[in-house]
Amino acid sequence: MTTNTEIMTRPAAHTWWWYGLLLLATIGILTIYQDVLDVYEVSILIFTAISMGLVGNHWPGFRAHAVAVAILSLIALQLYGTDLGAAETNGLLKYMLASQSAIMWMSVFFIAATFTYFGGLIFRSDYTEKVGSAFTWIATTFGMTGLMVRWRETHMMGADIGYIPVSNLYEVFILFAVVTALIYLFYERRYQVRSLGGFVLLVISAAVIFQLWYAFERNAHEIQPLVPALQSYWMKIHVPANFIGYGAFAMAAMIGIAYLLVNWRMEKSPNSGMVKAMPPLTMMDDLMYKSIALGFAFFTVATILGALWAAEAWGGYWSWDPKETWALIVWLNYAAWLHMRMTKGWSGAPMAWWAIVGLFVTLFAFLGVNMFLSGLHSYGTL
Amino acid sequence: MSEATTKGHSNHSFSRRLFLFIGSMELAITLLLTLAVASVIGTVLQQNQPYADYVIKFGPFWFEVFDKLGLYDVYSALWFIAILALLVISTSVCVIRHFPAMLKEMWQLRTNVQKKSLRAMHHSAQWQSSDPIETVADNLQQEFKKLGFRSRQTVKQDDAILISAMRGGMNRLGYLFTHIAIVVICVGGLFDSNMPLKLAEWRGDIKIETRDLSIREIPAESRLAVGGQGFRGTVSIPEGKASEVVFLPVRDGYLLQELPFRIEVKDFRIEHYANGQPKSFESDLVIHDDELDAPLEETISVNHPLIYRGHAIYQASFSDGGSILTMDAWPLDSRAGTEPVAIQTKVFENRQMLWGQETMQLEMTNFRPFNINPDPTEEDSRNLRDFGPNFTFKLRTETGEAREYENYMFPVERDGREYFLSGVRNSPAEPFAYLYLPVDEQGSLKQFLQYSALLRDEELVSGVANSMMKEALAVMPERDETLEVSLQQTLETLIKMFVRGGFDEVRNFIDNNLPDAERDNLAPAYLGMLREMLARIYFSMDGVDPQTVTNDQLLFLQDTVDAIGTLSRYGSPVFLHLTDFEHIQSTGLQIARAPGKNVVYFGCALLIIGVFLLFYLPQRRLWAWVEKTTEQTEIILAGSTNRNAREFDMFFMEQQTELARKTGNSNL
Repeated sequence: MTTNTEIMTRPAAHTWWWYGLLLLATIGILTIYQDVLDVYEVSILIFTAISMGLVGNHWPGFRAHAVAVAILSLIALQLYGTDLGAAETNGLLKYMLASQSAIMWMSVFFIAATFTYFGGLIFRSDYTEKVGSAFTWIATTFGMTGLMVRWRETHMMGADIGYIPVSNLYEVFILFAVVTALIYLFYERRYQVRSLGGFVLLVISAAVIFQLWYAFERNAHEIQPLVPALQSYWMKIHVPANFIGYGAFAMAAMIGIAYLLVNWRMEKSPNSGMVKAMPPLTMMDDLMYKSIALGFAFFTVATILGALWAAEAWGGYWSWDPKETWALIVWLNYAAWLHMRMTKGWSGAPMAWWAIVGLFVTLFAFLGVNMFLSGLHSYGTL
Repeated sequence: MSEATTKGHSNHSFSRRLFLFIGSMELAITLLLTLAVASVIGTVLQQNQPYADYVIKFGPFWFEVFDKLGLYDVYSALWFIAILALLVISTSVCVIRHFPAMLKEMWQLRTNVQKKSLRAMHHSAQWQSSDPIETVADNLQQEFKKLGFRSRQTVKQDDAILISAMRGGMNRLGYLFTHIAIVVICVGGLFDSNMPLKLAEWRGDIKIETRDLSIREIPAESRLAVGGQGFRGTVSIPEGKASEVVFLPVRDGYLLQELPFRIEVKDFRIEHYANGQPKSFESDLVIHDDELDAPLEETISVNHPLIYRGHAIYQASFSDGGSILTMDAWPLDSRAGTEPVAIQTKVFENRQMLWGQETMQLEMTNFRPFNINPDPTEEDSRNLRDFGPNFTFKLRTETGEAREYENYMFPVERDGREYFLSGVRNSPAEPFAYLYLPVDEQGSLKQFLQYSALLRDEELVSGVANSMMKEALAVMPERDETLEVSLQQTLETLIKMFVRGGFDEVRNFIDNNLPDAERDNLAPAYLGMLREMLARIYFSMDGVDPQTVTNDQLLFLQDTVDAIGTLSRYGSPVFLHLTDFEHIQSTGLQIARAPGKNVVYFGCALLIIGVFLLFYLPQRRLWAWVEKTTEQTEIILAGSTNRNAREFDMFFMEQQTELARKTGNSNL
C-alpha cells in the first residue's frame, strides 16, 4: 500500500486516463454548448470536472461509476434523439434508461441493498455484504443516470423549459439518495467496513419510499417549467452543496443509531454476535465526527451560496426567511456539536444522541419548512 | 471557544474572571444553542404582518405581551440582538486570547523536546543505523521534506541531533479564520441591518409613519435623506410613472427613503410558458440622474437586478397600476332599476353608487388580464386554462360592512352551457362562493334579467297564479271560493318567497308553517307548485311556447331559476359586467443599499477557507532523535497530530517502516 492516507492530494500515475477523459468531456461539452453556456456555467463545468478528478483520484469505484453514468446517459440520449415519445416506443428507454425507469431501478436496488446489507450483518456473511455494496453502486449509477437523462428530457419538453433536475422536491429526493449513498460508499471503502451499510441505507430507503409515494400519489415526477425565481446558475451549485451537507448529516445520524445499539448490546452482553459483527465503537464515533465535519463544511458553503443567490434574486443576502433561518439553526446546532467534540472532547453516546436529534432538525429545515411554514422558499410544497 | 484548556486560575481579579468567562467554551456553546432556539420563534410566528392580524390571532392581551417582547419582528428585537452581540464578543475574546498561542503553534517547530518524552509518545518507534548521525539526520530531513514536512535540525548535548518537523500548520489558521469570520460577518451585517434606524428612532430623530398617506403628505420626521446608510425597501411604480423614493417597512408602519436618482418605469411584462405558467417578469427602467449625461435605460428581471450607484434594484413583484375599466351594471333586483348602466372606473378608485334608496361605495381593488387556473372540467388539476380577464372589487354599505367580489369578463363554459361568473365572500379568509348567471343566445344577460323582472311583476304573477289555480281546481265538483283565494294567495306567496330568499326560504316556510302531520305530503306539492309557477312565468315570455319548448330553453330556465334562488346570498343589487379595459401595470421594485455587503462576503470567504483548513488539513508533527551510541546510531521517531488520529495511525505505521528501511540497518 502506498501513502494514500492523504486523499485528494497528488494524482496517482495510473489514473491519467481518468483525467484525460474528464478533460476530453469538458472540452467536448464546451465545444458543443459554447453558444448556450454563460461564463458562470462554464466556470461551474470546469469546477465540476476538477472536483470529479480529485474525488476519483484515489477512488476506483467512483471512476467506474462516473464512466458508467456517462455511457448509459449517452446511450439514452442517442435513443431519444429529439423525440420524447421514444420513452414509450423504445424498449431500452422504456424499461431501463428513460429517467423514470432509471429512477425506478434505483429505488429497487436501494431497497434491495438495504435488505442485503442487513442480511449480511445478521448472517455474518462477507459475501452478502459485498453484494449489498454492489447493489448500492448499481442503485447510485441508475439514480445518477436518471437525473442526467431527466436533464435532457426537460430540454426536450420545450426550448425554454430545460433546467437542471435538482429544482423541485421530487428531484432533490433522488439527489439526496444518490449523494448519501456516494458519501457512504466513500467511507465504506476508506474504513473497509460494510456492516454499517444497512443502517445508512435505511435512511436512503426512507427517502426512496417517500419519493415513490410522491410520484404515484401526487404525480410529482412530471416535468414542470421553473418559476422565474429559480432560473439561475446558482441552482447548479447551491443545491448540490446543500445535499452533500444533508446526506452527510443523515449518515452521521444513522451511524449514531448503530452506535447506540451496539453500545446498548455491549453493556448487556459484551460477547454478543451483534457487538462482534459491528465495527468498534471508537471507529463509529470517528465516522460520525467525519461525516458531521464533511456535512458542516459543505452546508456552510451551501448556505453562503444561498446568501449570494438571495442577494441577486430577493434583494438581500439575508432576509430571516424561514428557510434561511432554519439553515442557520442547523448550522448553529452542528457548530455546537463540533465544538463539543473538538474542544471539549465529548464523544460516545451523548454525541450519538445529538447527531440523531441533528437529523430531525435538518429534516425540518429540508422538509418541515416547506410543509408547515410559508416564506420566500415556497417552491417545494407537498 | 478555546482550543487550549484553561488552567486553574483561582485568585484572579473579577475582570480577569469575567474575561475568561466571556471567552469560555461553555458560554459559546450555550450562546450557539440559545441563538438557534430563539431563531425558531420568527419562523413559527409569521413576521411583520399587519398588526391587526396579530390582534385577531392572539387577542388583545397576548397581542400586547408579544408586542412588548418584540416577537413580531424578533430578529431586530433588543434581546435577540443582545444574544448576537454577546456571541460576537465571546468569539472576539476567544480569538484575542488564543491568537498569540495559535501563531506560535502555526510556525514553531518544537525543538526543545526530550528524548524521554519522545519515547513516551503514543506514536513512537525506534531503530538503528550504522551510518554517522549527521548522515542519518540529513537523510531523514530529506525524507521529511518529501512527505511535505518543514523541518529543522538542532544539535542536542554532545552527540545527538533532533529533527523537528511539521506539516499543516495552516490548520491553526483555520481556527483563526472561522472565528474571525463570524465576527466579520456579524459586524458587516450590522451595517446593513435596521439597527441604525432603531437607534435613530430611540433617540427620537425619526418617527415611524403608520397612516396611509400620499408621498407629499408624509412628514419630514418619517423621511430619510440620501446618505451612506444601508436600507432595503420597496416601491410600486405604475407603467409610465417614476419614483425617487422607496418605502422601508418597519413593524406596523413605514419610513420613506429618498433616492439620489429617479427611476422611471417604461413597461412591465410577464411572459408565459406554453402551459400558462409565468416564465419571466421584466421591467424596462430608465434612470434619471444629474450625474448621467443621458438617462440610463436598462431592463431588469428576476435574478438579474440593476446595480446603480451602490443601489441594487430588483424585480420583486407586480400589481395593477390603476387599469381603466369600462363596465355595465346590470340590475339584479328592482332596487337598481331595469336597464344596464355604463360605468367607467379605475382600479384603486372608490366611488359612491346610488342604487334605489341605497348608497353603496364601489371600491375597485384589482384587475387581472389572465387567470390561468386549474380547469374544473378536467380531472387532473394540473391542466390549466385561461379564464380570461377578471376584476375584484368591494361593495361597502353605509354601515361600513363590505363584501368582496370577483367578476370574470368572459362567460365560462360548464356542461356545454355558458355563464357569467361572479364570486363573492364576506372576508378575505373565506373562499369565493360563485354565482353562475346563465348567458342567453345573444351572449347577454338580457333574458335572465327579463325573467327575473317578470317574477317581480305582481300583475303577471297574479294572472299566472289565477289561471293555474283554475286549472287545478277544475276537477273539483263544486267551486269553493275560500279554497280559490287561499290557493291563489299561496301561489303568489311562493313566488315572493322565492324571489326574496330562493328555495331556502320556501323550505323554511314549509318547515315552520305547515302542520307536522301534513308536512311530508304537502312539501312536495308546494315545491311542485312553485316549479310549475316558475315554468309558466317563463312560458309567458316572447318566443317561449310550452308546445315547442326546446331542451336548451328548459336548461336555461333551470339555470336561471338556480341563479335567482341564490341571489339573496349574493348581496349586490347589480352584476358588474366588464366590457372593456386598458391594462396598466405597476412593477414592484425592491431597492437595497448594503454598504456592509462586501465585508460580509469577505467574512464568508474566510469562513469557507477556515472550515476546510480546520477539517481537512490536520497539523502533524514528527520528531526524529538521532543519537550516537557505543557502536551504532540510534533513531527515535515520534509523531503527533491534532486531527484525524486514525489516518495518522496509518500514516505513522507506514512511515516508520519506510524510514527505518531507508535509513536503518535492515535488522529491525
